[in-house]
Amino acid sequence: MIQSRDVAKSKTPSKTIADFPGLREMTPPMRPEEARVESQRCLTCFDAPCIGACPTHIDVPRFIRQIGTTDPLGAAVTILEANPLGHSCARVCPVEALCEGSCVYHGWHEKPIQIARLQRYATDHIHAGGWQAFTPGKETGKKAALVGAGPAGLSAASYLRRLGVAVTLFEAKPKPGGLNTYGIAEYKLNGPTSLDETAMVLDLGADIRFGVRVGKDLPFERLTKEFDAVFLGVGLGAGHALGVPGEHLPGVYEALALIERIKCHDFASLPPGETTVCIGAGNTAVDVVTQLKRLGTPKVVMAYRRAPEDMSAYPYEYELAKGDAVEFLWHVAPVAVLGKKRVEGVRFQKMAQKGGKLSPVKGSEFDVPCDRVVKAIGQAARGDTLRKLSGLALDEKGRVKVDAATLKTSHAKVWAGGDAINGGKEVVNAAADGKRAALAIYRAVTGKEPGAEHAYWISTIEGRLHGKKALAY
Amino acid sequence: MAKKRSPTKKALKPLGPEPDLSADCAGIKSPNPFWLASAPPTNSGPQIMRAFDYGWGGAVWKTLGEDPPVVNVTSRYGAIDLGGQKIAGFNNIELITDRPLADNLKEMAEVKKRYPKHAVVASLMVPCERKNWHDIVKRVEDTGCDGLELNFGCPHGMSERGMGAAVGQVPQYIQMVTEYVKEVARTPVLVKLTPNITDVRFAARAAKAGGGDGVSLINTINSVMGVDLDTLVPKFSVGGYGAHGGYCGPAVKPIALNMISQIATDPETRGLPISGIGGVSDWKDAVEFMLLGSNNVQVCTAVMHYGFRIVEDMRAGLVNWMRLQGFTKLDDFVGKTAPRIVDWKYLNLHHKTVAKIDASKCIECDLCHVACQDTAHQCIVRPVDMGAKGPKSRLPTVIEEDCVGCNLCSLVCPVENCITMEAVPTGHAPLTWETYTKNGFKGYKEVYKRYHEPAKAGK
Repeated sequence: MIQSRDVAKSKTPSKTIADFPGLREMTPPMRPEEARVESQRCLTCFDAPCIGACPTHIDVPRFIRQIGTTDPLGAAVTILEANPLGHSCARVCPVEALCEGSCVYHGWHEKPIQIARLQRYATDHIHAGGWQAFTPGKETGKKAALVGAGPAGLSAASYLRRLGVAVTLFEAKPKPGGLNTYGIAEYKLNGPTSLDETAMVLDLGADIRFGVRVGKDLPFERLTKEFDAVFLGVGLGAGHALGVPGEHLPGVYEALALIERIKCHDFASLPPGETTVCIGAGNTAVDVVTQLKRLGTPKVVMAYRRAPEDMSAYPYEYELAKGDAVEFLWHVAPVAVLGKKRVEGVRFQKMAQKGGKLSPVKGSEFDVPCDRVVKAIGQAARGDTLRKLSGLALDEKGRVKVDAATLKTSHAKVWAGGDAINGGKEVVNAAADGKRAALAIYRAVTGKEPGAEHAYWISTIEGRLHGKKALAY
Repeated sequence: MAKKRSPTKKALKPLGPEPDLSADCAGIKSPNPFWLASAPPTNSGPQIMRAFDYGWGGAVWKTLGEDPPVVNVTSRYGAIDLGGQKIAGFNNIELITDRPLADNLKEMAEVKKRYPKHAVVASLMVPCERKNWHDIVKRVEDTGCDGLELNFGCPHGMSERGMGAAVGQVPQYIQMVTEYVKEVARTPVLVKLTPNITDVRFAARAAKAGGGDGVSLINTINSVMGVDLDTLVPKFSVGGYGAHGGYCGPAVKPIALNMISQIATDPETRGLPISGIGGVSDWKDAVEFMLLGSNNVQVCTAVMHYGFRIVEDMRAGLVNWMRLQGFTKLDDFVGKTAPRIVDWKYLNLHHKTVAKIDASKCIECDLCHVACQDTAHQCIVRPVDMGAKGPKSRLPTVIEEDCVGCNLCSLVCPVENCITMEAVPTGHAPLTWETYTKNGFKGYKEVYKRYHEPAKAGK
């Protein structure tokens, strides 16, 4: 039966995540049999390189052994002791460059242990069971303000609560998790998974205020005055501008703003269109192009000034984009975004590359018609906002300067971690920073050393390597 | 100038004729040394015939008893998985056949008729009375079977009724019942021994004294498989209760090899035919059993894991190994290694081996280092431990002067031939503990460091 167009339209509900199978979690979870077999492959190396390769120094052989002995709960606790963000890290970590990349099996020309999937097997288990592995510490009467409820702030919150420090998180967005909730490809880490993880942290008794932009809605000075310590886990700020005409036309998006719409399942505002051009070739750019392909955009072009081997995306991310039939333009730079009322195309100029040096090729301009442009050329540090806090030293790029051992800033009551100090790294780096800062904050505000019950996770700050000294815990 | 290689021809060595695999254990002949042990795989004629079609050389029928037949429980087997290996150890509480004797005998005669060259052996278990044994031996031998196996081994169930291991644990009973059987038996008699004793040699001597033509061992070992940690009920259970059962499978092989070599080297039983049982899973296991003195082997757990088909690779593996070794018949190697199992006191105290690590193969898992450091003799070091300012290499190195040649590092190393134990000539004449003690504890030259300087205080 043929329906009139209007009837069909009125009966078509708006699209949901179920309409996009390509956005479903891409890596399948391990079945128990698979986990058993894989865990038995682990050699349980002494001073295992995978521990050293993990910024949070998760005791990988230990948790794998625990899985092998059918104690996934114990495995999850081992993971979460070292990294409260272990549930998301199992999905988003660039393990090829970290733990799995360091596995001794490589020296044997064998596949490394699937550490990420085993880790996920364990953390999925603790979340499915709904257990809380940790307890808040005896209250010290001290309180800390954590600016930003992303990975760095959540990690700090988890350890500070375990140490008995009251925490209040100030978050600009309506949900916690930072980029885990808003800025990572849906097929890697979906919102509910990120919120499971943040719920586990907040369950330790952390207070959280949403919709508060510190430095705008609330002056920094109030925090430094009212709290014993302040931790800045503010991440990065606005995306870099292309600096070309037309970049403010409708249809031009910042990469993270676009990803956020996908993460919020706001598909109505994201018609697939015909052609999207994404400028940039980092990991975020790959998250953009792959997801747009999976949303049904027929043609997605990734444009980069340099050669494929120069792209900052990890090689397996590039493979992922290729697998999604993304098209690539190498050695091109945008000179203008074209269009009258909205975007209609991008004008590129070819770039000549000699070593690391780039120079435009005269007369090489060409146009790529498109109906959407995404800018994925990185984000600036939040220098402008952070400068409002007097006494806080920033580097030339606007990143917060910290002492490497304690992550203390130049301000007597302020610590910082995550993208705000490193300019944009991984979730696992932010988690490691939060852990390091939490210990330093505890020591500074109480003047005491944590009790013996904290020895294990504290040992994971520097990594319990070389078997020098067995810890009494 | 080098001779140009022909594009079409290459000198190839023929594999040579197949060696003769025919086996003779106590006069029971079979086309090859692979028998199915008396157990569930030999519960019926059709099963045994199927096994023979796959290539099994013989089968010991699931133990026959008197009518009325026993009743079995449901839930009968348990297993232990080790690492990725399923069924490293296996346990059962199944009793002897629960089928009427007449059914079994009818099928046995049928099998023997259809497979005249294969060994069909009847396993027997009846109460310890002369008449009971005489009756069953006569009825069973009427089937034309090739031999008898007296089940003095089953540790569960039947032992509570004064049979099985209850007989095998008392040498006098072994001898007595064997004598009863030998009074009437026309076919060779194998006495199946239990490992649930302190010294198997006494049981073997009793079997020989009773006139037994050979022994078969080991039967299963008393065992409880574990506890289900969710329900706190024994693993496995019959309605919430467990009973000790018989343990077998790959895990018991070393126990079996020890007992077989003990019987093969005991002056009183040397030369007594042995049918080897206990964790035989592949051709290599079978060869080891035979090298230590078994005339053939019996298999159960491995077929319960993989089915009858495994005899095909067992047969092929044995054939190829014999070809490469230059053996043409089983007697060329049966018992060849048995004399090399000696009492400890005859080992050479002046023999020295040390561990060598092949750095090109090492993957730096450092398992050898931690094993040696924590649990052996602290002689494997790494540059990274030499101090924070030293080199960062994790490559382990053996301090040979301190190495006692214990083998531990080579056992934990996951890489084949990366750590080898190599003999180091000491230049000292061989010395055994026996001679050393006879000489009043004189003549021993230190071949490894027995004493270490005690660590100085404050260090």
